[in-house]
Formats: sequence, structure tokens, C-alpha cells
Amino acid sequence: MTAPLAVFFVLAGLAVIGAINLILQKHPIHSALSLIVVMVALAGLYLLMGAEFVAAVQIIVYGGAIMVLFVLVIMLLNAGVEEHTSISKLAGVPGLLLVAALAGFIAATIARSTDVVQAAQQTGDMSSTKGISNMLFRDFVYPFELTSFLILVAIMGAVVLAQREKS
Amino acid sequence: MSTFLSSNAELIITLVKIVLLLFIVLTVNAYLTWFERKVVAHIQSRWGPHRVGPHGLLQPLADGVKFLFKEDPTPAGVDKFVFYLAPLLALALAMTSIAIIPFGPDPIHLFGHDVYLGIAPPDLNIGILALFAITALGVYGIALAGWSSNSKYPLLGGLRSSAQMISYELALTMSVVGVLLLAGSFNLRDIINAQAHHPELGILGWNVWPQILGFICFFIAAIAETNRAPFDLPEAESELVAGFHTEYASFKFAMFFIAEYTSMITVSCLCSIMFFGGWLSPFPASWTFTHYVPSVILISFGLWVIWDGIRYETVFGKIILPAAGTVITALGAVFILFPGVNAFIQAPFWLLLKIFIFLFVYVWMRGTLPRFRYDQLMAFGWKLLLPVSIVNVVLTSFAILAKMQWGAK
Amino acid sequence: MVPTNYYVILSAVLFGLGVFAFVFKRNIITIFMSIELMLNAVNLAFVAFSRAVGKLDGQVFVLFVIVVAAAEAAVGLGIIILIARNRQSLNVERVDLLKL
Repeated sequence: MTAPLAVFFVLAGLAVIGAINLILQKHPIHSALSLIVVMVALAGLYLLMGAEFVAAVQIIVYGGAIMVLFVLVIMLLNAGVEEHTSISKLAGVPGLLLVAALAGFIAATIARSTDVVQAAQQTGDMSSTKGISNMLFRDFVYPFELTSFLILVAIMGAVVLAQREKS
Repeated sequence: MSTFLSSNAELIITLVKIVLLLFIVLTVNAYLTWFERKVVAHIQSRWGPHRVGPHGLLQPLADGVKFLFKEDPTPAGVDKFVFYLAPLLALALAMTSIAIIPFGPDPIHLFGHDVYLGIAPPDLNIGILALFAITALGVYGIALAGWSSNSKYPLLGGLRSSAQMISYELALTMSVVGVLLLAGSFNLRDIINAQAHHPELGILGWNVWPQILGFICFFIAAIAETNRAPFDLPEAESELVAGFHTEYASFKFAMFFIAEYTSMITVSCLCSIMFFGGWLSPFPASWTFTHYVPSVILISFGLWVIWDGIRYETVFGKIILPAAGTVITALGAVFILFPGVNAFIQAPFWLLLKIFIFLFVYVWMRGTLPRFRYDQLMAFGWKLLLPVSIVNVVLTSFAILAKMQWGAK
Repeated sequence: MVPTNYYVILSAVLFGLGVFAFVFKRNIITIFMSIELMLNAVNLAFVAFSRAVGKLDGQVFVLFVIVVAAAEAAVGLGIIILIARNRQSLNVERVDLLKL
């Protein structure tokens, strides 16, 4: 059990426990906190893989902006403990089995293909930040500018949707 | 035992550094509270704490004992897990951000290993980005504290405070982009080395002169980010009772307090590293006699403390103050006598001096300026600070492009 | 070295848990959070494959996924606020008719 493998299992366990906790918790704020734990664990996994820029962006944007939005909305709407009807409780067990089947199918397919997806060498010589910025501003400059337009549209949409009625 | 030590040497060195830095940061926090109370008091023409120990120097000890022994009630109806989590999160994140700051350029050679001053490894590629990540997560401590208190004023204070922090975070990160363009790297050591390209310029080579706009934006945004005066409306006593930490008593309140002062220290470190040359001396490198300036400052300060202690009123002060003064003078003398040690402490001394000056400016602003109203605060952040920092980025890019064109010709 | 298999299996497990949360939970905000969980699982697979192949395209794509998720979260939460204002409930079983 080498050190990277041990760190992987710790972070992966943290991510899975966070995801299970998201399902098990009744109050949405606890689910939100579990999702933040999942995101930080995934950022740790990105660091383990050598993708340091993506890890930093994951924490800043996902953990520090999107999830803050979720938490603020949960606070503002005063979301309480959620209730379940009898039908939804009935659907729990078959749902779990079906999802386990789905995840198992995907995992088994991946695990069976030995040659393509085994471990390869690191993306080594160029640091990930320089490499990503080179690609973003040269090969992918058109989608990059389009995302700025997308964010502008999203801002306008969110402002218009959340306005009070003028009556 | 020795093979265990030698094979895990890096880990053990890092653990020792973490424990040492934790002690140092907590002590500096405690004395920062003393410093703030004294400076704000003198600005307001009064004394500040001067009874508990000579010049009130044992006041932080008294405050600490008070925090330990005060009752710590948990109000009814709170969400217990989140209520206990919020101050913990705030403190942990504030302490983690100190780990990324480098305190000196040269490593100490200990047992065959290079021990760098600063917990993060010297080749951390995303230095300042990691700091922003930790700052971004810091919003949670306040938002969750405000919400879990099950009360109107903390909820409003928490929401206002977290909205303020998110808004100024944008201006904070944009104002740093100019420095990153000049340095070409996120690594804090590279940023300092980029300011050392012309060592004969000394103070004129620092980033603050080409990036004066960026520095002003960064400093103002950082004050708003750490919820300090004049941006401390969400936690001011005369406004929302006490804002998001109303329902928090002794030890949990102390945790928020320590988190706020630690983030103040982090921001001072960042300002001095990114804009004021970090550990570079303000004098040109050719003036080698300035290598004795730290010793001169220490010796004169030590002698002044001795002289003040001899004339102090209480017996306790008459003993402690001259003793402390003697220690400081001896330290200064040691630096003069041992040139190797003198060369080593040049860099950390200048960095600590700059951090101290920034902390003094922070406290000075608290004592002098009135508070912003909340709508003024948000309008200032979005309508003035963010556009100015974006203009700074554009201007810096044009300047670098122009330099490349003229330099090629 | 951690084999790429491990990362992709973890991604599949997280995706499955996201699907389960999406189907089983009744609070609109929690359902929305499970969508974010699914997107995160996919991001993990992208970065793992980018490391296996040796190119950085996967990581650039992850940046785009994060940006799109941010935009979607903003607009989606605006819609959720409107629903909560109009129906006074965050239970998705109460939002099953067009009529209020």
C-alpha cells in the first residue's frame, strides 16, 4: 500500500461517504454540507492526479461560489425538513437496486478493458496551469469567449427571475 | 527509531513546522488584540489596557482566561451540528491560509535536509490560487453561523456579511492579476523574485509603483473581505446587536475572533509579498552597510524598553520590562557579532517589519474611519472597485505588450 | 501510482449515487444538488482520462463543465425561488400540475 494509494482511498472514501450522507440527511442544509465535502474530496483527488489548476478552480468556483449560492438560497427560503409520501418510500428499495445495477454495469465495463485505461505516465513536463492557459487562449479561444457570453445571459436571467413583482 | 526518523524526515519536519507556526500565530493573535486596543485607545486620547501587567502586556492572558471560564450556552432550537461546526470551520480555514506564506528565501540545513521557512513546499505552482480557494471557503463559517443561531439578528448579519464577502472577493482576485502578469507565475516566491530583478533599485523596484491601482483595490477589498472597519457593519455592536456571532459565547466567540485576526495577518503578509517586495530590503543592494539596520533597530528598541522599564511605577514592571529590553538588545548584538546569522535574518526581518506596518495601518483605519452603510458598501464594491480592478488588468496587459514591442525593436 | 480504473470506478459510483438522490429525494433543492453531484462525477472521469492519455484537453473541458454548471445553478436557483414563492412549498410532489 503505497502512500498515493492510501491517500486515494481516504479521499475516495470521503467522497462516497459525503454522497451517501447527501441522500440520508433530511434537512437540505446538511445535504449541502455533505456535497461540499464531496467537492473538496474531489479537489484533493485532482491534486493527487497532478491537475492542480483544476483543483484550485474546483474549490474556488464550485465550493466557494456555486455551493454558497445553494446555501444562501436554502437559508433565504427557510427550507425545512423534507417529508416523504408513502409512494416515494415504496420506491426506495427498487430504486436502490436499479441504481446499483447501473453503477455496477458501468464499473464492470471499465474494469474489464485492461489495455486502454490503465495508468499512464503523467502529463509531466509543462505545468498544468501553463498548459491549460495555452490551450484555452489558442485552441479553445472561441468556446472560451462564448462562455463569457453564457455567463452574461445567466446573470441577466437570474436577476429577472428573482425580482419582486412590480404591482 | 533512527531509521524511522530518517525515512519519514520530511513528514516530521513538516509536523514540527506546523506546531511551531501554530504557536507563533496564536501568540501573535493574542498580542495583536493588545496592540489594537492600545493603538485605538491612543487615537481616541485615552490609555487602553495599562493595569494588567506593565503597559497592559498581560491583558491577552487575562482575556484568554476569561474566555476559558465563561459560560458557553447553546440557545434552544439551534441546529447543533452546524452551530458547533461554523466557528471550527472559520478558525481552521483562517489557520490553513498561513501555511502557504513563505517567510524567507533561504533554507536552513538541518540533519542533511533543506528546511524552508514556510510550510508549503517552495515549488507550489498554484501558491496564490490556493490562498484564494481557502478565502472563498471562508464565507461558509459566517453564513452557517448566522443561520444556525435560530434568531433574526444573526441571520441578517450572516447574510449581509456573506454577501459582502462574495462581492469583494471578485475585486480581490481581479486586482491581483496585474501582479501575476508582471511575475508570470502563481508561486509567491517567484512573485518576490520578479521584484528583485533590479536589486540596485531597492524600494523603487517593488510592485507597488507599477501596480498602484491594483494595490489600492487589493487593500480595500481585503479589508472588506476580512470584515474589518470601515466595512464591519455586519458585526458592529451598535448595529445588528453583534451580527452573526450574537449567540456565540465564550470559546466559540474566541474562535471567530482568532479567525478574524488570523485572516488580517494573512492579508498583511499577502500585501507585503505581492506589492511591497516581501523579504527584499528597501535599500539598494550595493549599500551593504544597511545589513546592520535590523541590529540597530533592535538594539535601540531594546535600550528604550530598558529605560522605560527602569522608570515604571510598579515593581513588577521594573523587573519585567528591563529584562525584556535586555533580551532584545542581546538579540541585536548577536546579529552584529555573527555575520552568518545576520545574513540569514535579513530577509525575514524585512518581511516581518512590513507585516507589522500593514497591521498598524489596519488598526489605524479602525480607529479613524466611520462605517459604511450596507448599500453604500455593496455599491462601492460592485460599481467602483470591480471596474477599477478590471481597468488595471487591461492597462497592465497593454503596458507589458508595449514593453515587449519596444524591447524587440 | 493509482490506476485509472480506480478513478473511473469511483466516478461511476458517485454518478450512481447522484442518480439515486435525483430520483428518491423530494426537496427541489436537494434534487438540484444531486445534479451537481453527477456533474462532479463526470468531471472526475474527464480528469482521470486526461491523465491517462497524457494531454490536457480533458482538464480544459472540465473548466467548461464547471462554468456551465455555474450558469445553470444560477438560473435554476432563480426558478426554484419563483416556485417557492408561488406554491409556498419546496416539495416536488406539489409541483406536478400546471394549475396552482
